[in-house]
Amino acid sequence: MTALPQTTAKKLGLVIDLDTCVGCQACVTACKGWNDQGAGLSDQQPYGADPSGTFLNRVHSFEVQPPEGEAQIVNFPRSCLHCEDAPCVTVCPTGASYKRAEDGIVLVNEDACIGCGLCAWACPYGARELDQAAGVMKKCTLCVDRIYNENLPEEDREPACVRGCPTGARHFGDFADPDSKVSKLTAAREGYALMPDLGTKPVNRYLPPRKKDLRHEASVLAPLLDIQASGFAGWLDRVLGKI
Amino acid sequence: MHPAPSVILFSVFSGMGFGLLAFLGFGFVQAAGWIAFLWWGLGYGLAVIGLLAASFHLGNPKNALKAFSQWRTSWLSREAWASVATLLLLAPMALSDWLGLGLWRGFGCLGAVLALVTVFTTAMIYTQIKAVPRWHHWSTPLVFLAFALTGGAVLAGLAVAQVLLAGLVALLLLVWRIGDGQFARAGQSMNTATGLQGEISVFERGHTAGNYLLREMIYVVGRKHAAKLRGLSLVLVGPLPALVLALSGLAVWGFAVAALLHLIGALMVRWLFFAQAEHVVGLYYGAR
Repeated sequence: MTALPQTTAKKLGLVIDLDTCVGCQACVTACKGWNDQGAGLSDQQPYGADPSGTFLNRVHSFEVQPPEGEAQIVNFPRSCLHCEDAPCVTVCPTGASYKRAEDGIVLVNEDACIGCGLCAWACPYGARELDQAAGVMKKCTLCVDRIYNENLPEEDREPACVRGCPTGARHFGDFADPDSKVSKLTAAREGYALMPDLGTKPVNRYLPPRKKDLRHEASVLAPLLDIQASGFAGWLDRVLGKI
Repeated sequence: MHPAPSVILFSVFSGMGFGLLAFLGFGFVQAAGWIAFLWWGLGYGLAVIGLLAASFHLGNPKNALKAFSQWRTSWLSREAWASVATLLLLAPMALSDWLGLGLWRGFGCLGAVLALVTVFTTAMIYTQIKAVPRWHHWSTPLVFLAFALTGGAVLAGLAVAQVLLAGLVALLLLVWRIGDGQFARAGQSMNTATGLQGEISVFERGHTAGNYLLREMIYVVGRKHAAKLRGLSLVLVGPLPALVLALSGLAVWGFAVAALLHLIGALMVRWLFFAQAEHVVGLYYGAR
């Protein structure tokens, strides 16, 4: 049913630390690797002239010149934010798109999907990609087949992108619980939502890059160079200064 | 947005067809016997061709019947219901006009209203999408309804078509003007998309090859010719058909030629409706 639940018992989602992310694409690969099993995420001409494929997670890199301080490169992983008011769900004509009342995960029932693509249009974040081979919509499932999977060792019961991140830039947890790791991280580091004005109420939060030190503008020799001129040089300095 | 031929054909043909069906349903066309059969047939034909074209847009059409299930939330589902209900409800009126059964016109009026409701639901599929600011505006349903009524009036051979043709041109000029400022008014930028402060530019797109998002949502091909296409489509969609109607003295051949010219113009306008629509996801790619 494409009506959104009023509230969800849990709000599972990710915290992505833009300060820590090094843009290595390990999360992209881990995601593709895990989710390529079973129904799969198809590629078109992966080794051909014009390769293309379905991914649930993409890492962009931006060059940012902050209002103060040095320019920096920010690596920016982009995936489904599991919005509370998910526009992709309500537009679905078949009920294939839905948001789970128990944990807030937004999923696609591929058996009911007609591949009309309207949900991908409705998503401001580009979280959904139509699988060109299967003809149905694919999106991040928060690795719903890992996080509750008791056949996996406990440390593996988190999304593949989180598990695979070598720098610990991705965190998984329940935002409805104020004591969870993700809630505390968001509070401590002023985590924010993307394009909040669109009213989608994303669950995922991004942690901004930490403030960097300012470059020392003056030379380390400055104390030695700050010589007060005296005598003829001092007179010249004063005269030239007045012209 | 990618101007998929299937969706352009669907929205233009079905819009025109439902517009004609509305005029026929209201009883604005005095026709009986086989002439009535052909006229109703044209309306049904256009509407059905349009709906069939839409099914070619689906990646997995075998589930198409499920699209009727979510009418409570989805405009696409509501459109499915409205279109089928219109076609069914108008069938007795069409039979009555054809065979002279004398069915009460109120029945046809009900179907006619529903035909216009169908066009409205089609427009709402686009209007509801906040991520495409150009579409997310009250003018979108107005343009779709204006096209349906104008195209329908020309096909129905009504003199009022000339007024509607002029009105459509004025509406398009206004809507294009509004539409060009919609993205800026929506207030989304690379800063809001990423939450980062300062000046932002793309360093790497994250993938060197193309993907579904770039093909579907960040379609920029042909935008450089948009101004020329606007001018050309505007002439074809309104003034030229009106001129042909006037020169022909509202003769049947005049309406036929005018309808054809209007149709070509309408297809071009609808192509621009998609090609010029910018999706906010483009901001992640430094594009619009």
